[in-house]
Amino acid sequence: MISQTYTIIHPQGFHARPTKIFVQAASQYPCKVSLTKGEKKVNGKSSLSLLTLGLAQGDEVLLEVDGEREEEALKELGALLTQIFEE
Amino acid sequence: MTEYLTGVAASPGIAIAKAFKFASTEFRPEKETITDIETETDRFRQAVEKAKLEVDAIRQMTEEKLGAQKAEIFEAHLFLLMDPDLIDNTIDKIADEQINAEYALHEITNAIVDMLQEMDNEMLRERAADVKDVSGRVMAHLTGKPYATLTGISEETIIVANDLTPSDTAQLDLNYIRGFVTEIGSRTSHSAIMARSLELPAVVGAQTLLDRVTDGAIIIMDANEGKVIIDPSEQELAAYQEKKIRYEERRAQLKKLATQASVSADGVHVELAANIGSVEDVAKVLENGADGVGLFRTEFIYMGRKSFPTEEEQVQIYKHVLEKLNGKRVVIRTLDIGGDKELDYLELPKESNPFLGLRALRFCLTREDVFRTQLRALLRASTAGKLNIMFPMIAVLSELREAKRILEEEKAKLIAEGVAVSDDIEVGMMIEIPAAALNADAFAKEVDFFSIGTNDLIQYTMAADRMNEAVSYLYQPYHPSILRLVQLVISAAKRAGKWSGMCGEMAGDQIAIPLLLGLGLDEFSMSASSILPAREQISQLSQAEWKSIAEEALQLGTQEEVKQLVEQRSASR
Repeated sequence: MISQTYTIIHPQGFHARPTKIFVQAASQYPCKVSLTKGEKKVNGKSSLSLLTLGLAQGDEVLLEVDGEREEEALKELGALLTQIFEE
Repeated sequence: MTEYLTGVAASPGIAIAKAFKFASTEFRPEKETITDIETETDRFRQAVEKAKLEVDAIRQMTEEKLGAQKAEIFEAHLFLLMDPDLIDNTIDKIADEQINAEYALHEITNAIVDMLQEMDNEMLRERAADVKDVSGRVMAHLTGKPYATLTGISEETIIVANDLTPSDTAQLDLNYIRGFVTEIGSRTSHSAIMARSLELPAVVGAQTLLDRVTDGAIIIMDANEGKVIIDPSEQELAAYQEKKIRYEERRAQLKKLATQASVSADGVHVELAANIGSVEDVAKVLENGADGVGLFRTEFIYMGRKSFPTEEEQVQIYKHVLEKLNGKRVVIRTLDIGGDKELDYLELPKESNPFLGLRALRFCLTREDVFRTQLRALLRASTAGKLNIMFPMIAVLSELREAKRILEEEKAKLIAEGVAVSDDIEVGMMIEIPAAALNADAFAKEVDFFSIGTNDLIQYTMAADRMNEAVSYLYQPYHPSILRLVQLVISAAKRAGKWSGMCGEMAGDQIAIPLLLGLGLDEFSMSASSILPAREQISQLSQAEWKSIAEEALQLGTQEEVKQLVEQRSASR
């Protein structure tokens, strides 16, 4: 299992579209993907769970990946967490 | 009787039409016990599949109408229709509790919606609308009752609703629908964003709306001000019809200017740039046809968070802005903190005169770690466009030299690390301290450009705190003393073959613009919404003529005299 903490910089936070893009990418990896904000930890492959995490600009989020191709997943998914999306 | 309502101005414009009251399908299913679990879950799965086909059709239609990016929201909806939290949980509930699919879906949806609505972030709270939208569609297939849509409207109307879902908004027929008013929502709700790209007037958050409007009532909506008038009088109707025509003519006129160059009547080219504080502002910059970004206030990147932004995060932000501006000049000002701007995670010692204290570059030179991180991020982003780096609050040459030395060091380090850095970065400084303005000739030799920050220049020249109401009368942008300092800076730049700009409020001011053009200012940076009016104004001014008027203004004694002179000469043309 590997993990890293990121700060969300997308001004509008992780609403429906960024969430969809993240979940789409996460679903392509065989490893487990989870995201933790504060006390709350959710499955990174479910859009609704991710939405209920409520990632806003400036929030710190811990990304954990566990299993096959975890390093690759951390790199790609970590970059998505610090991406600015088109609005 | 006429009624008045106010809400949030979500998408500009004026519309007058009959109200079409739109009730969304709110279905409260009864709980029923079932025996055949397999049949029930199959029925649910089929309803989900049908909903997916519908959403996909809306996605395709939106892609054709508004492009792939706007259609992505419906891809997100398709994802929700596959989400384990919604679909699998509903199926589990049907099986575990032996209940009908309608009731199970209703319960699961409500639980998710409640969770989303408890968020302290408005943007995310509104995502509940997405969940309700897809779930309502599945429900319609389960019950066999049609999902209420806005298709099939065939006369001019203004839609009046509690809320509009993303799919409602995407399906609005613009041949007949003149605008919409909703009871809930904000500027960032999906329907508001959609309305702006459709250029459809919209007022959101107009509370008690549905209680006051009857179906078919005449409504005036002034979405520029967030006003709604229900059952207006004859006079109001006439007044707004005229206002609507004037507004639309003006809008069309300005829109034409968005793609034109900024040129004076006698053929002098200037640059009309925009001030921004975040990546969110870029859309408005492009919409208003700015020639570039004249001031990117980076302090907002540092605010509203718990620690300093990392180099990586900053690279993302600067790159994004540079790419969006597509080769047009972007002037990025290094961190301007202190004065009235504080950071929660940075304990600065209390100062009795913060505006005269350790702020902006002065602070950065004492916290080189923070400064170097920003410079490295800027340099790393530099290949994404036309980057200009600007240092704020410089009083003496040694400050400029020190800042440039650190910049050069970081540049050399990056190159040694094998990182690509643009060799076309201009380095300049703000002029906001009178000492720097008076010494502009010396500075001009060591920078590529100046940008005059008038808000601070005025406060320091007049020795009047701009936060103090009691001395606000001293905020006099057209005062000859200010104009003379501005003139010193512009002419020093010209002598050294450099360019000069202005990024304070004054640059977009209708009285100041003719004088600044006359004094030979090259770049005017202002809020994005002022650009088109400024471009129009400049196209009607002769630089040669205003050169002599500006010289006259420099000889006057008071701000009032200057203002009078400008008004007289403008009117006499």
